[in-house]
Amino acid sequence: MSAPILSIRNLTTSFRSGKVWTPVVKDLSFDIAPRETVAIVGESGSGKSVTALSIMRLVPEVNGRIEGRILLQGRDLVPLPESDMRAVRGGEISMIFQEPMTSLNPVLTIGFQIAETLRFHRLIGQAQAEAEALRILDTVRIPAAKARFNEYPHRFSGGMRQRVMIAMALACRPKLLIADAPTTALDVTIQAQILELIKELQDAFGMAVMFITHDMGVVAEVADRTIVMYQGDGVEAGETGTLFLAPRHPYTKALLAAVPKLGSMAGQDRPGRFPVVDVLTGESDVPQTTPETVDPNAQPLLDVRDLVTRFDLRSGILGRVSGRVHAVEGVSFSLRAGETLALVGESGCGKSTTGRSILRLVEPRSGTVMFEGRDVASLPKTELRAMRQRMQMIFQDPYASLNPRKTVGGSIAEPMLVHGLADRTTARARVADLLVKVGLSPDMVDRLPHEFSGGQRQRLCIARALGLAPRLIVADEAVSALDVSIKAQVINLMLDLQAEFGLAYLFISHDMAVVERVSHRVAVMHLGEIVEIGPRAAVFDDPQHPYTRKLMAAVPSPDPARRTLRRGLSNDEIPSPFQKPDYVPPKRLYREVSPGHLVQES
Amino acid sequence: MKTFLVRRLGFALVTMFAVLTIIFMIVRVLPGDPAMVILGDQADAAAIAALRTRLGLDQPLLVQYLEFLGGAVRGDWGVSLVTGRPVVQDVLDVLPWTIELTVSALLIGAIIGIPLGVWAAINRNRAIDYATRMVSLLGLSFPAFVSGIMLLIGLAIQLRWFPVISGNRSNLSSWALSLALPAINLGLIMAAYITRVTRSAMLEVLSEDYVRTARAKGAPWKIVVWRHALRNALIPIITIVGLYLGVLIGNSVLTEIVFNRPGLGKLIVGALNQRDYTMLQGMMVIYTMLVVGINLATDLVYGAADPRVKMS
Amino acid sequence: MTAAATTRTPGARVLSATIRAFNANKTSWIGLGVFLLVVVLAVLAPWISPHDPLEQDIFNKLASPSSRYWLGTDYFGRDILSRLLHGARYSLIIGIVATFMAMIIGSIIGILAGYYGGRFDLFTMQVMDILLAFPSLILGLIIVAMLGPSLTNIIIAIALTSIPSFARIARAPTIAVKEREFIEAGRSLGYSDARLMSVHILPNISAEILVMFSLWTASSIRTEASLAFIGLGLKPPIPTWGGMIRDGFENILDSYWLALMPGVAILIIVFALNLLGDGLRDAIDPKLKGEQ
Repeated sequence: MSAPILSIRNLTTSFRSGKVWTPVVKDLSFDIAPRETVAIVGESGSGKSVTALSIMRLVPEVNGRIEGRILLQGRDLVPLPESDMRAVRGGEISMIFQEPMTSLNPVLTIGFQIAETLRFHRLIGQAQAEAEALRILDTVRIPAAKARFNEYPHRFSGGMRQRVMIAMALACRPKLLIADAPTTALDVTIQAQILELIKELQDAFGMAVMFITHDMGVVAEVADRTIVMYQGDGVEAGETGTLFLAPRHPYTKALLAAVPKLGSMAGQDRPGRFPVVDVLTGESDVPQTTPETVDPNAQPLLDVRDLVTRFDLRSGILGRVSGRVHAVEGVSFSLRAGETLALVGESGCGKSTTGRSILRLVEPRSGTVMFEGRDVASLPKTELRAMRQRMQMIFQDPYASLNPRKTVGGSIAEPMLVHGLADRTTARARVADLLVKVGLSPDMVDRLPHEFSGGQRQRLCIARALGLAPRLIVADEAVSALDVSIKAQVINLMLDLQAEFGLAYLFISHDMAVVERVSHRVAVMHLGEIVEIGPRAAVFDDPQHPYTRKLMAAVPSPDPARRTLRRGLSNDEIPSPFQKPDYVPPKRLYREVSPGHLVQES
Repeated sequence: MKTFLVRRLGFALVTMFAVLTIIFMIVRVLPGDPAMVILGDQADAAAIAALRTRLGLDQPLLVQYLEFLGGAVRGDWGVSLVTGRPVVQDVLDVLPWTIELTVSALLIGAIIGIPLGVWAAINRNRAIDYATRMVSLLGLSFPAFVSGIMLLIGLAIQLRWFPVISGNRSNLSSWALSLALPAINLGLIMAAYITRVTRSAMLEVLSEDYVRTARAKGAPWKIVVWRHALRNALIPIITIVGLYLGVLIGNSVLTEIVFNRPGLGKLIVGALNQRDYTMLQGMMVIYTMLVVGINLATDLVYGAADPRVKMS
Repeated sequence: MTAAATTRTPGARVLSATIRAFNANKTSWIGLGVFLLVVVLAVLAPWISPHDPLEQDIFNKLASPSSRYWLGTDYFGRDILSRLLHGARYSLIIGIVATFMAMIIGSIIGILAGYYGGRFDLFTMQVMDILLAFPSLILGLIIVAMLGPSLTNIIIAIALTSIPSFARIARAPTIAVKEREFIEAGRSLGYSDARLMSVHILPNISAEILVMFSLWTASSIRTEASLAFIGLGLKPPIPTWGGMIRDGFENILDSYWLALMPGVAILIIVFALNLLGDGLRDAIDPKLKGEQ
């Protein structure tokens, strides 16, 4: 057993607000061995990021205080003077962050930013530093590295920027790399590339990695050992395989229960509720089976045919149309009452635009949207308002979805009042009723949104949508911004409401595992087109289209046995649906693999 | 960058016409008779009518407008009612004085303001930060003529360090001495503005992710501040200082009066006092062109500084 | 969040929010206090002035400060202190009314431009940008010169110079708020544009606008004094601060307090309003204060 690279002993980090010091990391202890990958997993507020910042001593000194010992190969970093600590940062321990889009300096070229790291830690000249930087850029597989050396960050996509960040971090061959959720903001196929790259570089440089994440699937794939954090405490630690198969702490059990595992719904046709585990006792309830909510013989509630939405891009002096984004290109599907159809795909595939086009928040170019027998796409604006009552939308960001100045009761009542469905007194009663329906309490009526958590706010948005008694709800990444356990709760709520009110959902998401639990049918979108559509069981168990297969293979699965799996690196960027103005999209043909399961012919 | 340039130029031209039209409209449409204002309300009707004809005020509005625009384009900005010389001539005569005053004020402001603002930002919430904020707030609260008068009273009249009346260019030292007080007056006010802008821009930038990345790389604090933070902060600083140049021009008018210095300001005030209507109208056009030009220049500097614009 | 639990009624909530805003930077209390003091003095001017501001005492002209004339007398033997007190009324009225008008008009333009965007926004903001860059003094000077220096004209001129600033300060947060999902949610719920702008956007940007109100009142008072100094203020013998400085300027070599006193008065009120507005701005944007 070689000596650990990093040894944390009784780390306590506190922040001051006013006169009060609040500990955010409490008495944490763990080791990282050389060449080992340790994952720190937890939800928001768990203190995992602060742990990383404490190790790097990037915690602001004015309001932050670090206590305990942080031993880097025996040397305690906590009392180290700043000038010595600076040599450690980037030289012995490096860190990469979550947001690649804002983590690079926009006014300096990427080559310069990598070269300057080298010059901070070694006594070398500019030319030598640049040569070395170029070598590293090659190592992280930036295509045409030499040509792109002098370009600015805004010319690179998110995945590419993260590669640049990795190059900067590894330039001086640190012993430990701290990766703070580096792939959270990336699409799943890009995420797979980056995770693969980190694994490869770890082997090549022989370094240890501390990987911070909330995604159990990522943990299973990368970590030798895992530490679970909850509200500042390290509640459980152990070898990853053992932790997943036999969790001991109630919180770990709750977390694992809430993680959707791709392939866990095999053999079931209907959506499935998540089991809810009590955080304190660790006891799990038995999820009831969801009732049948769809009448297979009914006419479809929503029937979309050949929907096309394009965005013109203008450039040049006269503002001529220089190209078009073919966001939605000939999309057709139908949806019955009580049914959930998922639109799944990566960024730029057009799933969000499809949802918005159906509600006419964005104007489609052509196509029909038959809802309750009327074509929404061609309705005049005056009649659109009435139609809007029956189809509602729930958005991704719960923090921005409610007016911060209005009480939540006011926000929920407003649609009813605006559409004349209720007067002030009846609205008040309805609001109380709706709050109970979504699992909140009626005495929260006069509170402001900032007093609620993310999950609670999403429930409030659902309550607001329900006030108009809609038949269709478009959920646009409605649970993507929520913590894992909250995600599960909100999904359970949505399934309950579907059973009670016969709601149809158009569930837009990039998360295949969540989609597997929630949907009756699935449509996979790529570059504005549906490439595969069918009953969930059919598409997931027997994916036909190459893109569907690629997507499913990229999803990190919370199965530790997959840790040794290597995908083989590719550098593909996600293509964008941007075309020249004279582009005519080809006609697409679909082949029926089994009843209701259609695949696009390539 | 070329598209950006041409676009901005096009906009500049269009807006110049728009602003001139607006100013024209304001003056013509609101109640008040310029001729009466010039001659005073004691003048007889015949004299007023004659002046109106001479100024072209009896023509239909559209004709007046076209004449006005046409003149502006041709470079014919009217003839002074008082001196009989073309407005352009008078303006060119005094332009060097105004330019040297504004440029020196800007330099003083930047040399004092930027380092002070950076220093306040990196020492935020400490005593020096509060002191800087209070002093700079006090500085920009001064109307330029009040601070000018105080400087005049204190340094010129009481202490006799500087001449009371400036405008002596006979040799280098007297030129410097007579430029000093007016430039210091304007410069200190400018410094107050620039300090505040720099401080808030730096605070914004210092909390950005890429500054955290620079620190995580092991960059020395000095390099973080000057290479990573300030270079980014300069972009909004340039934009906002461009806006403040308007304030600078306004303050230079007041300074020129207080220190009895030739310049555009004194020209416009002289025209006011002497009711030189055409001179005023001509100067209106000139100021518009000046402002549009400054706006354009600021945009260009901003475009050159921000690679996201430069490369597109 | 137990503190919030006790302030449930809308009125109490607004009050506690206002107090918290003032407390963000304690100097805003000082600014408010001084400003209110000046207002009170101005309102009470006719009753508390030791002398009639227009009364001339030729035998005591250009007197230094004394027990009879606390701040001395001007060229016509008029008491400077009384003239200062009365002059405060004009400065405050012009400053506050002009800024208020500009706030209403400018905010409406800004919100409309930010909400609808497109060519309307592009065009309007270009014009506003140019007007904004135009020195307020020159713009005000031109308008007052053309129209004549009456109280109404001066107020209109200063209001016009302040409108572009309000348009800008209303537009930027409108655009930011417009992108937030609760606005899109409102559209999907069938709310009209007018409702979205008035009920949803406006309350979320009112803080910035109100801070601007304080800062621009300071600026308006300064502009009015500058115009009066140039000779475009209310005509004598009306005591305006700027006019008093103009008169005093002629005697600056011997009786410098004539020009100094009104200058200090202007400085005090402008500084107070700036303290107030700047301090409140800390409440809106904690980053400016330097907190994380």
